[in-house]
Amino acid sequence: MSGQEFIKALPWIALVVLAAFVPVTFSPYWLSMATTMAMFVVLATSWALFSGPTHYISLATAAFFGVGTFVTGLGFQTLPFWMLPLIAAALGGILAALVGMVTLRLSGVYFVIFTLGLAELVRQVVTWVQNQTGQRGMYVLTSITEKDIYWMLLGLAALVYLAGWLIGRSKLGFALRIIGNDETVARHVGIDTALAKVALFTIPGMAAAAVGAILAPRYIYIEPSTAFAPLLSFQVVIMALLGGTGRLWGPLAGVIPFTLLWEFITRQAPNQTLLLLGIVFLLIVYVLPGGFVGLWARIRRRWHQGGDA
Amino acid sequence: MSRTVLEVQGVTKRFGGLVAVRDMRFDVTEHEVMGIIGPNGSGKSTMINMISGLFPPSEGSIRLKGVELAGLPAHKTARKGVGRTFQLVRLLPELSVVENVVAGAVFGHRRRWGKSAEAHARHLLERVGLGAAMGLPISSLTYIDTKRVELARALAGDPEVLLLDEWLAGLNPTELATGIDLVRSLRDEGRTIILVEHVMDAIRSLCDRCVVMSSGAKIAEGTPAEVLSDPEVIRAYLGEDEDA
Repeated sequence: MSGQEFIKALPWIALVVLAAFVPVTFSPYWLSMATTMAMFVVLATSWALFSGPTHYISLATAAFFGVGTFVTGLGFQTLPFWMLPLIAAALGGILAALVGMVTLRLSGVYFVIFTLGLAELVRQVVTWVQNQTGQRGMYVLTSITEKDIYWMLLGLAALVYLAGWLIGRSKLGFALRIIGNDETVARHVGIDTALAKVALFTIPGMAAAAVGAILAPRYIYIEPSTAFAPLLSFQVVIMALLGGTGRLWGPLAGVIPFTLLWEFITRQAPNQTLLLLGIVFLLIVYVLPGGFVGLWARIRRRWHQGGDA
Repeated sequence: MSRTVLEVQGVTKRFGGLVAVRDMRFDVTEHEVMGIIGPNGSGKSTMINMISGLFPPSEGSIRLKGVELAGLPAHKTARKGVGRTFQLVRLLPELSVVENVVAGAVFGHRRRWGKSAEAHARHLLERVGLGAAMGLPISSLTYIDTKRVELARALAGDPEVLLLDEWLAGLNPTELATGIDLVRSLRDEGRTIILVEHVMDAIRSLCDRCVVMSSGAKIAEGTPAEVLSDPEVIRAYLGEDEDA
């Protein structure tokens, strides 16, 4: 890392350090909010790492997340807790690679539908296994506190940002941008497009599974219908698109306002949360096609033009 | 002594029941401009697409310096040394002009990365006459400039053989003269080029040899002057004389 790059990274490092003080400064209510935000920051940012440059909309987040929660559910009594997110990440990565190899040849809407179906498929398999073994749900009773969960998620978020930054300056990141622009060109300049896509698709898979493993103690009781809830996948997509996928900080800019708004609606009118999802989606399509990142770019361009005139 | 760079032998392509290319065979020697000409629908683009690996031939062999290309996917033929432009220009609209060319330098036949790739790209943009437009967004380029960017991208991997699929089509007369000069200067550099083209002026002034295709098969081969006076070629282009 050059000196100039270090100076650029400094505000972000400072932000992570500041964020680490949230649990000791704020009330439990705000800690809970911050934990939810940290969860969505990891999910939406890692989602955007793949879906941003390739324009492949993945609805598989819930599948990976659910796998992660079940890793903790099955393993927390026998293994030390720190191992569980690692195991979950490995499983999530393998699942993503398998799914990627099968589906990334599909384009556009077929990929979307398949990834949506994946969460349902995994849920049905888990339910079937539980029925065979006579189980229903699982209690995850640990001594892990909300503070621990928050700090682990914050660490994970820092890792995702680091990965995103490294990929952005790597050949893989460049290859993905070319693929997102024109896959035929990508192949003809020598890019193994299938390999590049599968490699990058494992990152949101690993991240989402690790998040699921870390968050499982928060739910206390886990069962397939909540662990694999498809709503999660849609929330992640909406937040990432609201923030914008063109920049690494984009999803963060979507997560914060959306989480606050979601919380507000949940308390005021609990039945209207889906309405919020729909309205924000319309907002993105009609007003903010590039999300807040796109808006920011437009403002800056206008500012510079104003300066020249 | 000239060496054979590309050997096409007995290549056939069927799409279902339709035979688009039938038993094509020709050689391309080093530093040569080989033209593939023929009426619309004669299978020229299909032939080019098989060389670049867009799809595999149903039968036959395509060898680049002795290495079999038939059946390899496009990213592998690119790495072996096939560079190409497309009949309908394909650029990467969200990338800068320089990045569009760097894209051709990073993953292909001869690889560069970072500053060296960028310097190479800038050099090639100067080479194709785009020095002044380097900082512009892709969306504001003129038609011939988009073709120049695509050509620079194809050159960026230092290909053994360059495929130009109707690269001169759609240019106005002034641009056409510029374009022909540019391709000629590439030949003078010692590049090996396969040209699919409709523009007769370009074929006459650029090609060392031509292969003429009609209904998927080769009907003539030779210098432009030879093939363009061949009665069968004239018949393929103009149809049978109804009075005969």
